Amino acid sequence: MGVGNPNRAKAESGIVRWIDDRFPLTQMWQDHMSKYYAAKNFNVWYVFGVLSLLVLVNQILTGVWLTMSYEPTAEGAFASVEYIMRDVEMGWIIRYMHSSGASAFFVVVYLHMFRGLMYGSYQKPRELIWLFGMAIYLALMAEGFFGYLLPWGQMSYWGAQVILSLAGAIPVVGEDLVQWIRGDYLISGITLNRFFSLHVIALPMVILGLVVLHILALHDVGSNNPDGIEIDQNKDENGVPVDGAAFWPYHVIKDLVAVGVFLTVFCLVIFFFPEGGGYFIEKPNYEPANSLKTPEHIAPVWYFTPYYSMLRAVTQPLFGLDAKFLGVIVMGGAIAILFVMPWLDRSPVKSMRYKGWMSRVWLAIFVVSFVILGYLGTLATTEGRTTVAQVCTLLYFLYFILMPFYTRMETTKPVPERVV
Amino acid sequence: MSNEVANPTRRRVLVGASIVVGAVGGVTALTPFVASWNPSAKARAAGAAVKADISKLEPGQQMIVSWRGKPVWIVRRNAEALANLDSLNSSLADPDSVDAKQPAYVPNTPVRALRDEVIVMIGLCTHLGCSPTYNPEVVPTAFDANWQGGFYCPCHGSTFDLSGRVYKGKPAPTNLEIPPHFYESDTVILIGEDGGNV
Repeated sequence: MGVGNPNRAKAESGIVRWIDDRFPLTQMWQDHMSKYYAAKNFNVWYVFGVLSLLVLVNQILTGVWLTMSYEPTAEGAFASVEYIMRDVEMGWIIRYMHSSGASAFFVVVYLHMFRGLMYGSYQKPRELIWLFGMAIYLALMAEGFFGYLLPWGQMSYWGAQVILSLAGAIPVVGEDLVQWIRGDYLISGITLNRFFSLHVIALPMVILGLVVLHILALHDVGSNNPDGIEIDQNKDENGVPVDGAAFWPYHVIKDLVAVGVFLTVFCLVIFFFPEGGGYFIEKPNYEPANSLKTPEHIAPVWYFTPYYSMLRAVTQPLFGLDAKFLGVIVMGGAIAILFVMPWLDRSPVKSMRYKGWMSRVWLAIFVVSFVILGYLGTLATTEGRTTVAQVCTLLYFLYFILMPFYTRMETTKPVPERVV
Repeated sequence: MSNEVANPTRRRVLVGASIVVGAVGGVTALTPFVASWNPSAKARAAGAAVKADISKLEPGQQMIVSWRGKPVWIVRRNAEALANLDSLNSSLADPDSVDAKQPAYVPNTPVRALRDEVIVMIGLCTHLGCSPTYNPEVVPTAFDANWQGGFYCPCHGSTFDLSGRVYKGKPAPTNLEIPPHFYESDTVILIGEDGGNV
């Protein structure tokens, strides 16, 4: 029946069979769940993908509810957020789930990305998974940026002012570009309204689409694992990878444990530390936006601070370009260089377990630099801190730039045939 | 129906031409979407000039008016501050305001003002658009032990003298912008228009 794949899996009888004759339900279930095999040696680093998905659902659900009470105007935005917090029944918990969810999203995504770096999950044949993932990361940063303007507090306003001014650093067209993005001579209700539209409609659709591509690509080539062994090289007589375990039920049940742990921590944050000590919701954001007065100390939300530090670290003009524009280039380059990861790593092995000491040391340097940059980005600048930021920025880039050399030079350990 | 193409060259030209025409049409169709992001007629109208009455502005005082939503500072500098301006030149990035955005009728001498004591500036740092704070006193400060009075940007530490000229080695690339303005009367400045100055 039908012109689709005649060999696709179908249920024997019943309602599922009725659906299967009209929609590839059983086939999809098998492809993505019951007959999707992932290596049985997964460790704790392999839960953050599922957790990202969980947080995405949380953000969409709470976001839809917040939109019901939020007012995207310069006059009403700040008050409507307070209305949600005080007058809407249980509105506070929905808002804290959303605001803490944003930070949680970046926590799990950063850990997920670190896992990829550690075990070479971006290497052939998983380059596209990495590229889709990086596109998600980029869209997520845009989503976070647009969303942060919506409460219309002082930090919302001036944070957006600083980030938008970055585009103004582009020679010749910069100023016009910024005005085009703002739709006004300054950040105003017009800007707020369009950021709202982008935050609740455009970017969520982009992110969802990219997540589908990310997972389709993953389920086509299969997951990597801590040993970097391709499990499809060893299959039994039924074509099942002997070192694999079906996603349903084995990996799903294991992931549920991670979900439980995550939700415990997440609830603790929502109930007891919803502002995250000023890192999740910054203090000046409890003051309505004022276009005439900049807060004493301005810093972006923590998940942007590493790049913000790099921006500030550039203080000298070079090649006839001013420091401000160079800072923007460095900041953009820091994100762009992550995209080409799969082509920088020339190592014959995937996992850090079998790479040489240089790869390990550089990965450690990279992580430490990134964390230090992130911390410095939350502080005001001093000469000493700027110097540290400059060194860390240099190390950040050297990790990538030197990668083609140290991954080829170092001696690697032999990768076992089978997962132990 | 046969899939064979009788004249492949003609087919290629037709396909190519269709793609080009379609692409031109597609890109053209983006026009309203791009154009609608420009400042609307309402936003442009709200960007009209504003008046500032400086009759009550005492020497050493700063007043802030909003033009196009941006803070515009009007500072009446005292005699010592004006006398001090020339001596700062060596520590400034652009003492003669060569790269600064300022109307041609505002002199790019150290005073940068139509009337020596009263300076009008847009109070947004030329680095990333924060609004610097007014620190007129000549006292050592946390950001400069040898502070000569001026403006300090809390975001990234740029410092400016009382004429809005940026100090050397700071992230801000240029001096503070001076908006179009003119004296409507002795005590009223109109900000946002050139008046008879052009």
